[in-house]
Amino acid sequence: MTQPAAELVTVTIDGIAVQVPKAMTVIQAAEEAGIVIPRYCYHPAMSSPAQCRMCLVEVKGAPKLVPSCVQRVQDGMEVRTDSPAARKARRAVIEFLLVNHPLDCPICDAAGQCELQDYAFETGQLRTRSVDPKRVLGRDHVTPDVLYFADRCVLCTRCVRFMEEIAREPTLVVVQRGDRATIDTMAGELFEHPFSMNIVDVCPVGALVNEDFLFKPRAWDLDRFPSVCPGCAQGCNITLDTKENRVVRAKPRPHPEVNAFWMCDHGRKLLAGWVPGGERGERLEAPQIRDGDRLVAVSWPQALERAAEGLRQAGGPGRAIVSAAAANESLYALRKVMQALGFAGGAFRVPTGPTAVLEGFPKLQLRAERVPNAVGAALLGFRRSADLFADLRGRRGALLVLGDPLHDAPADFGRDAAFYLYAGSVASPAARNAHVLLPVTTFAEMDGTFTNFEGRVQRFTQALTPPGMARPAWVALSALSSRMGSGAMLDSAAEAFAALAAEFEPFRGMTYETLGFGGRITEAAEGAAAVTSGGK
Amino acid sequence: MAYPFAHPREVRIVSKHFGDAGARPVDGWVERGGYRAARKALPEMTRDQVIATVEASGLRGRGGAGFPTGLKWKFMPKDDGKPHYLVVNADESEPGTFKDREILRWTPHQLLEGAIIGAYAIRAEHIYIYIRGEFVDVIPVLRRAVVEAYERGFLGEDVLGTGLRIECTIHVGAGAYIAGEETGMLSSLEGRRAEPRMKPPFPAQAGLFGMPTTVNNVESLAAVPHILVNGADWYRQWGTEQSPGTKLFSCCGHLRRPGNYEVAMDFNLKDLVFDLCGGPRPGRRLRAVIPGGSSVPVLTADEIDCPVSYEGLVQAGSMVGSGGLIAMDDSACLVRAVRRMVEFYAHESCGQCTQCREGTAWAARILRRIEEGEGRDSDIPLLLDISENMAGKTICVLSDSAAAPIVSSIQKFEDEYWAHIRRRSCTAVS
Ligand SMILES: Cc1cc2nc3c(=O)[nH]c(=O)nc-3n(C[C@H](O)[C@H](O)[C@H](O)COP(=O)(O)O)c2cc1C
Ligand code: SF4
Ligand code: SF4
Ligand code: SF4
Repeated sequence: MTQPAAELVTVTIDGIAVQVPKAMTVIQAAEEAGIVIPRYCYHPAMSSPAQCRMCLVEVKGAPKLVPSCVQRVQDGMEVRTDSPAARKARRAVIEFLLVNHPLDCPICDAAGQCELQDYAFETGQLRTRSVDPKRVLGRDHVTPDVLYFADRCVLCTRCVRFMEEIAREPTLVVVQRGDRATIDTMAGELFEHPFSMNIVDVCPVGALVNEDFLFKPRAWDLDRFPSVCPGCAQGCNITLDTKENRVVRAKPRPHPEVNAFWMCDHGRKLLAGWVPGGERGERLEAPQIRDGDRLVAVSWPQALERAAEGLRQAGGPGRAIVSAAAANESLYALRKVMQALGFAGGAFRVPTGPTAVLEGFPKLQLRAERVPNAVGAALLGFRRSADLFADLRGRRGALLVLGDPLHDAPADFGRDAAFYLYAGSVASPAARNAHVLLPVTTFAEMDGTFTNFEGRVQRFTQALTPPGMARPAWVALSALSSRMGSGAMLDSAAEAFAALAAEFEPFRGMTYETLGFGGRITEAAEGAAAVTSGGK
Repeated sequence: MAYPFAHPREVRIVSKHFGDAGARPVDGWVERGGYRAARKALPEMTRDQVIATVEASGLRGRGGAGFPTGLKWKFMPKDDGKPHYLVVNADESEPGTFKDREILRWTPHQLLEGAIIGAYAIRAEHIYIYIRGEFVDVIPVLRRAVVEAYERGFLGEDVLGTGLRIECTIHVGAGAYIAGEETGMLSSLEGRRAEPRMKPPFPAQAGLFGMPTTVNNVESLAAVPHILVNGADWYRQWGTEQSPGTKLFSCCGHLRRPGNYEVAMDFNLKDLVFDLCGGPRPGRRLRAVIPGGSSVPVLTADEIDCPVSYEGLVQAGSMVGSGGLIAMDDSACLVRAVRRMVEFYAHESCGQCTQCREGTAWAARILRRIEEGEGRDSDIPLLLDISENMAGKTICVLSDSAAAPIVSSIQKFEDEYWAHIRRRSCTAVS
């Protein structure tokens, strides 16, 4: 992060000396020293109004406590965050904040992840000395999805600044003065913005809450998994918060290049309440094989045996349809099956929708391409098709489908194929025409990688337990291909990716370890991005 | 309102023409010697000479902080190529203060002349006069004066034939005390909420619209023409080394002759109260004096035998502030008076800083409870601790201003508080 050319200065924070660039503020330098100075109004992506006065620290030689969010470091500066004066000031801010705060933690969505609660406990300030009645302001919607609980607001203005500086649509304002001040919408009307729900994330307390989440899970009941949003080609880094094997919400996970601290509402809405069954509840839970008109549930070995045999008999040249929402590893495993049959090619389609740019961080866009891995599919040799089903018409031989749910396929889809293998998580009518159906996991139930619009390969991790017998496609398909003499049985996503990287030039040299959770950009990225940027 | 008499012990420089309606139009002002300073300064004196003269006079800001005006002008950058602005602080809202209003009401050209000289000195091409919105009778007077100044070439494209351009815009405030704080004023002029900003950067570095800006109080600027015409030494004949010249005190409260009095800055506070203002009403005893507007500590009747100079009042335990003198006699309940002041600050806090937003309102609630006989023994140490937590930690000093009367009234009138808390009574004599 720190540029080698930047001039370094040495500052001492609570006795810990750190060397930091001269342009840094004390609050940032403290983080380098491993000290998180409590703060409300400060947010690393936005301007600092220095108004909550929570981050006051003692700087040797300064007559008063200084706000560390705006104070720049100087060489030789000695800062104390733990001096009696700094501690007292912090305790006082907490006490002041609690004077009017309703302390309705038991019914507050933020409880357990609240910066007021945390700091109150940290400063040992569990009650106020106030015996007087609190002022009551009430609650109201600010967007159709977001509720504002005015009494819980600490007036840090992060939400206001998000709309002003990041969304660049100043729809939120502070109205009134003194302790009557609240946040309100500009015209007093609800506003809508494709990135509006980030205001819930920036809110340090439970003042802005997602109505969808309201009163549902408690924060401490949630499990959190690093993931990547499948909503579009952007590939926002996210965390999936789950409870009882359901995704209850997605939150952005900071990535300086891809999505900063943000994600779009489309992605959140897609993932909130995401159930393994998909919205149609027709989840494939067991392998099935065709017996005349009927499909019969069988064990994995039986299904794979039947598939291997059927494909061998059908022979090449076959056809393949893949989903651009499938992981690189799964696509690779299908490629190995195709290699066993001696054919290449394969096609995918890219559903599109309107775009939205986050003006204050324009790298982040809800991309027109509403799938996460079109670039990955292209780099692995699959071809984008505008009319998938027309392209296939009148061709015989083996038919392989991976991931595309085929909801809109013609009723007789695949009937003309010599052998039709469907590997997916949903059993649509067109999928039911297959000779063998393999139940595979969704992205949330597996480890894997997507390659985003700029060719950045990013890892996601398993957040949910798959239903029934569903397995990651790369497990199922590598088992199949190894039976057919092409490639090895893959035991982990890391191994699958390593095999992929060894074989496909653009991924060469990458491993799960080198990818980490920041991802890496493929060398062929530019070309591939050009291929898939049609809808931009 | 008329000023039928000047007290012989006053030194009327800025207030010389208070009550003289003839001084209001530009012709009347010129007849009374007006615009001589501007004519002298603009063609004859360099900017540095103007600044040096004001600096030598020792004039200090009359808006409350008492910062030397010449020095403030000197901080303005010189060859930066950016537009500069002069902002005239005519938002006079400090409780107890009503001097700027009278300057503007009687002698609007006195202010304009000072502002034109100031604009010249700091290379400002535009003067913004931010006037308190409630001054409904004064605003048209000032408007008229600006039009006249344009007509006579004191403002406009070619000021006094020097080729210099100085424009002037009047901005009417919308009723927030905090717009009187200089950076809050700049925010307000920019079309935002009147929220004070962190300093640094100071207005001279990045002020209005991010450009170098000086904010001056009306009374400070009104003194400038006199200093330029008569010289720094002339101004220094009054007052003290650190507090030269004269100052207007707006005296209100329990006085026989409330009003504006202009005195030399070494004048005795007790004389101001008893001689000029006539002391308390008949049959009453003086109890307390707040010498400089509600933001400064209260003095007891025994503490006012001191000069009204900046250093004199600090030594006595208070401050000159804006010069809004509030006198209270023995009918005044200090708890009630302080509660009322703190409620004012709670109402006017812009709400940015936690300590100020919550502390002012909380302290006001406690004070009201004490006043109503529901106080607790713990309230006094609590009020002192809240005040300590509020002072010196916020973006602007409104928070300190709210704490000052609480602390000083507890220090000096603790009995009053205990009477309310323990006996549910009041020491005020009805
Ligand atoms: C809360 C607050 C209110 C203020 N209100 C006024 C005011 O109404 N008029 C004024 O001239 N200065 C006011 N001031 C002082 C200004 O910030 C500033 O110091 C002054 O205008 C500078 O002018 P001067 O140097 O000529 O005094 C206020 C300051 C504070 C903190
Ligand atoms: S709603 Fe939340 S983010 Fe917005 S000002 Fe209040 S506490 Fe801060
Ligand atoms: S921009 Fe795309 S990747 Fe990011 S949250 Fe929205 S849908 Fe998901
Ligand atoms: S001290 Fe009070 S008035 Fe001043 S900026 Fe802070 S909240 Fe606003």
